[in-house]
Order: sequence, then C-alpha cells, then structure tokens
Amino acid sequence: MSKAEILIIDDEAQIRKLLEITLESSGYTVRQASTGKEGILMAANHPPELIILDLGLPDESGHTILQKLREWYTNPIIILSVQSDETDIIRALDNGANDYLLKPFRTGELQARIRSSLRNSFNEDGNQVINCGDLEINLVARTVKKSSENIRLTATEYTLLSVLVKNEGKVLTHYFLLREVWGPGYINQSQYLRVFIAQLRKKLEKDPNRPEIIITESGVGYRFVINPV
Amino acid sequence: MKELLFNKISKPLQYLFSILLICLVAGICFILSDFLNYQVVAFVLLVTVSIIAVSFDILPVLFAALLSALIWDYFFIPPHFTLQVGTTEDSLLLMMYFVVALVSGVLTYKIRRIEKIALQKEEKANTIKLYNTLLNSLSHELRTPISTIIGATDNLLLNKSISAPNKQELTIEISKAAFRLNRQVDNLLNMSRLNSGFIEPKKDWCDINELVYDVVRRIEENKIEQAISINISPELPFFKLDKGMLEQVLYNVINNAVLHTEAHCKIDIAAVCHVDVLQIIIEDNGKGFPNAELEHVFDKFYRLNNSKAGGTGLGLSIVKGFTEALGGIVILENIPRMGGARFTIEIPAATSYLKNLKNE
Repeated sequence: MSKAEILIIDDEAQIRKLLEITLESSGYTVRQASTGKEGILMAANHPPELIILDLGLPDESGHTILQKLREWYTNPIIILSVQSDETDIIRALDNGANDYLLKPFRTGELQARIRSSLRNSFNEDGNQVINCGDLEINLVARTVKKSSENIRLTATEYTLLSVLVKNEGKVLTHYFLLREVWGPGYINQSQYLRVFIAQLRKKLEKDPNRPEIIITESGVGYRFVINPV
Repeated sequence: MKELLFNKISKPLQYLFSILLICLVAGICFILSDFLNYQVVAFVLLVTVSIIAVSFDILPVLFAALLSALIWDYFFIPPHFTLQVGTTEDSLLLMMYFVVALVSGVLTYKIRRIEKIALQKEEKANTIKLYNTLLNSLSHELRTPISTIIGATDNLLLNKSISAPNKQELTIEISKAAFRLNRQVDNLLNMSRLNSGFIEPKKDWCDINELVYDVVRRIEENKIEQAISINISPELPFFKLDKGMLEQVLYNVINNAVLHTEAHCKIDIAAVCHVDVLQIIIEDNGKGFPNAELEHVFDKFYRLNNSKAGGTGLGLSIVKGFTEALGGIVILENIPRMGGARFTIEIPAATSYLKNLKNE
C-alpha cells in the first residue's frame, strides 16, 4: 500500500511539528499549511488522502475553510480544536467533517481516528459482514449474532445499528442519527436516541455500563468502534 | 445602614421628604409660636436641616436649608407674613442661620463621601487579598508541573548518557505534569465561566447511568488505587439537565475523593430519583473533613490546613458554582461513626421514563 498523504492545516508550528513526527513515524506523507488560504490552495493543487484542520485559524475561521473544502473535496477531514463549545464541534460535523479531536489529544487516539477515517474512505461500498469481537453483523441478511447466537433486534434498533455500523469509526451527531433513523420531525427527541442506544448496548455490549462498541462522545453524539484501542 | 437605606431613595423623593419634614416642623412651631421664641424656632429648624443632611444628597439638603430660611423669615421673624426683616439683629441672625444650615449640610455630605471612599478602599483591599491567594496557589500549582517538564526535558536533551529506564521514567513524569497542567487550566476556565455570570445550562435528556460510568472511566484512566463502586438502578429515568456541567461536578467531587483518601479506600456513588429531583450521593471511607473546616471547603481557593495533595482550591468551589447554576444544592457532611466524607448533590429536573418504552 502506498503512503497515504495527509495535509495539516494549523497555524501553530509546535502542533504541526508534533503531527509531522507522529504521522511520518506511522508511515504517512505529511504536508503542512499554516493558514486556511494556503491549505485550500495546497489541497486543490494536489488533493491529499486526508486533511487535519484546526478550527482556530488566524485568517479565516476553520468552519469557513471546511465549507470551502467540502464544495469539492470528498476525502476525510478531521477537525482539531481546543476544548471549546460542543456546538462548535457539532456544527463542524454537520458541515461535513468526518471526525474531531480536542487539543490536547492523545497520539494513540489520533492514529486510530486517522486509520478508521482512511479505512472508510477507501472502502466506500463497505463491508457487508462486520466482525467485531464475538459480534457478527450481516448488513445483507440483516442479522446480528453474538458468540454465533442470533440476537433479536427490533426494527428501530436494527436501523440505528446499521447507520452506526455503516459509519464505523465516525462520530455521528445526535441530530444526524435522529434524522437518519426517525426522520426530520424527530431531531429534538434526543431521549428516543438515548433509549435505543441503551437497549442496543444491553444486547450487544459485554458490560452495557462500560461500552466498548458504541462509544458516547459526550455532548456530541455516538461512535461505533470495531477495533477498540 | 440607615444611610445606605436613604441613599437608595430617588432624588425627587428626597426633595419631597425635605419639603414635608420642614413644613411639618415649621407647622408645629407655628402652632406653638405663642410659647416659642422665634429664635428658638431657628434652632429647631437648623436641627431639622441637619437631620436631613445626615441622610440625603447635597442638593436636596441645600434646598432644605434655603426653604427653611425663607419659612423662618416669612412666618416667624417679625413682621410676620412678609420677607422683610425688622431689625439689623434679625438680618444678622437670618444670614447666620443660612450659613450654619449650609455648612452643616456640606460637612455631613463630605463626611459621608469620605466614608464611602474608605469602604471602597476596604473592598479593594479584600479583592487584592483574594487575588494574592489566587496567585500564590496558582503559581505553585502551575509552576510545579512546568518545572517538572522543563527539568525532565533538559535532562533528556543534555544528558546523553542517561539510562533507558531513567529516560522512560522522565518521560512518564513529563506526561503526568502535562495532565496536571491541563486539569488546572480546565478548572481555571470553568471558574472564569462561573465568574463571568453568563452561564446558562444547556438542557438535554441525560442518561445518568451512562454519565456516571463515563466520568468514572475517565478518572480510572489515571491509574488510581482506590476502588470506585457505582450503585444506580438501570430503571432510573432520564433527567433533562446540562450534561457537561453535571459531568464537571461529578468529576471534581470524585477526583477530590481520589486525591484526598488513602490508596485502600473505597468510593461509592449512588443516584436516585425523588419526584423530579435527581439525588447523587458520593461517599468515601477516608478520614473525612475536619469539622471546623467543613463549611469552608466550597470557598474559592480554600485548601485544607496541612493539605499535602496539590490543588488550586478551585475544584470544590466549581462543584458548588455549577450545582447552583443547575438550580441544585450540594451538601457535604462527615459520615457519622464510620468516618469518611459524604457529598449529596440534589438537582431538580424534568424526568422521562421513556426508558421502558418498548419498540415500534
């Protein structure tokens, strides 16, 4: 497999240095831009496999850059942001970011997010049978097995699970999940989502209270993880 | 106290009170004018103006002085019911009356202003004291991890002969220091959020089980030695409240218990619903708090005497601030007989039993 190219758009030289060392040692090719304008230009000249975008850029807000990129750029974009308002993150995710990481972030976490974003984008059609520990989810036959035993899911539970699975590794906002599973009329009924997430965990997780497959992204949404870190 | 009370009375009302009081006193004096010498009346009116001066602003006082002088002249100085003054003595008296009324008015006003300035100075001194406490605890709490990072990196950069295990150990220390710094910065940011006064809870349905387990998982990531147990019914309803703020409250209380109890101690967390009130109880079996200091632990920058564990003294004051911003209360007590501390957090919130909803 050729080296995937990653473009970092961040105004902080220290963060760029850190990312460069981390990513190059994981075998990626790294390019860097210190402003939004420069980043867009570099992405347009030679589209990278993945972009890491800082939300707090000096020239233009990261949100604007994200929107401009998403007009034509289809590969994954991971947002970096200093711990701030959740609404900021939700906005970025709803505007097409694939994932986000808060500064300060853990290196292992960053690598896992990059891997899963790249995996998703290389594998557009998606695997139809997903194995995850002792769990087997078959999206064609619409069956879920745990330790080879069939697990009965209700229609809504299955729809929710399939949306999560198809976006494996990606943070899905409450808004996105409610719209996809229940429809646009339900986007404010977050309690539905919590009920069904709790039910899915009860059926799928080893310990529903310490979930390893359906992870909560506090205040933002949920993430389905196949290979827990 | 009385002055403060009167200061709140609006200007027009002060004029009105001045007029009424002077007319009332003058009226009584007029009724008694058969028994009172008009020179005595001057003294009575002067006293009235002085009383007004104690409480009111300078302009209403001057107005009262002028008004009382005119009334005295018109009704009391012979010839009556004219502003004419009969004798030179009376003219002199009237002039002196006016001067004395003015001077007493101006003097009392000045005294009150000096008092006000003194009060402001005292407040400022208190603020500076608080600020210094903050700076002291901050510089300690921030500089300790910073020193660790600088020292350890210096070692790694300059000391070529450093052994591999030492290298590993220094790196771990850098990592620990960075996390400690991050924690303190979080606390400071939260504190300034509280101080700004613009803190509005963002309410959404919240699964308390999920939240508590999540907080405990984050705390356990720090490789703690205490055992944390959680006792919450899966049937607990959802509560509509600000999840981020409640998370912060629980994190700080549990983390405080971790920092201030011995390694073998236990920390128990329970949550129940009492008619639209969420009650969370966090108990430990450590030594508890010294009784004399119980009421101060939520104060800003308060650290227990002889506290060896670090801290800016912000953690628990944020607990109190956020709990109150959520409309709730937090109570701290030592557990009778057993020892150990018990934090009880109660937050009123709408509940939803949708959890029992079986499927569409």
